[in-house]
Amino acid sequence: MTEKQPIKPTGESRQARRRYFEDEVSRLMDRLYGTALRLTRDPDDAEDIVAETVGQAWSQLDKLRDPQHFEGWLFRILNNTFVSAWRRRKARNEVALDSDVDTSPSEEADETENFSLFRQLHQPFLLWWGTPENQFLNALLQEDIQTALDALPDAFRVAIVLVEVQGYTYDEVSQLLDIPLGTVRSRLSRGRALLQRALWEQGREAGLVKGSVHDADTSGGSS
Amino acid sequence: MSSGDLTCEEVMEQLFTYLDKELTNRHSAAIDAHLERCRDCFSRAEFEKRLREKVGQTATVEAPERLRRRVKGLLDNF
Repeated sequence: MTEKQPIKPTGESRQARRRYFEDEVSRLMDRLYGTALRLTRDPDDAEDIVAETVGQAWSQLDKLRDPQHFEGWLFRILNNTFVSAWRRRKARNEVALDSDVDTSPSEEADETENFSLFRQLHQPFLLWWGTPENQFLNALLQEDIQTALDALPDAFRVAIVLVEVQGYTYDEVSQLLDIPLGTVRSRLSRGRALLQRALWEQGREAGLVKGSVHDADTSGGSS
Repeated sequence: MSSGDLTCEEVMEQLFTYLDKELTNRHSAAIDAHLERCRDCFSRAEFEKRLREKVGQTATVEAPERLRRRVKGLLDNF
């Protein structure tokens, strides 16, 4: 495999920079679009965000000092573009990214918080490759997960996409969304539990699993 | 069941923080050590890792040709 020639953002000709930039963006386009689609849930909004991201990145290319960081830099612009768009909509009362989730304690919320797909599926004393939980995962289609993820409240979905998909740290999410670290943690926790519950219910409807959601084991472990 | 310095319950409480790489190296190593010895916790951790991978795969979606043309046009007009 040949090593990619690093770009010199401030030293190359405009034509060389354009070629490099276009190649990189083209290589990342499906992930840019997919990430924007998971964040927004709307194909038109996702296209707008990707287009704005690419425009901003091209106009700010001189600020990229280390070409090895191109990908992370581009996705950071994408996330900032998404958050800015949501804040504009929020200001127009179209959406409420930061406050549309009920975080008040309740019995139902506690039950959701503690839901674990693994605990619903796991049967001890079976070899791991033949276990119901692995069979369930094998049968899960990308479409199943997209449906469950897209059904989450915005704040939960965005936290999961940033951390689980893009590998953001809690601190980075906290700064990007301008929310406390504890809120990042609670959104991830609630979001994951809701996602797993939705997958369980979808699995039941599709006949992948039998039975009903029983009270979640709140011990948190298998011990 | 307990193995090493951490109990299964402690490992489960920190599992997602561990998978999110938010633990200190020392805490993370303690969980690694537990997972090497405890089949139940290992199974749960592997399940969550695989599910996370599947969630990650949903963020790669073939971009519409229209978007690729739009981006090219945008760069042409800069």
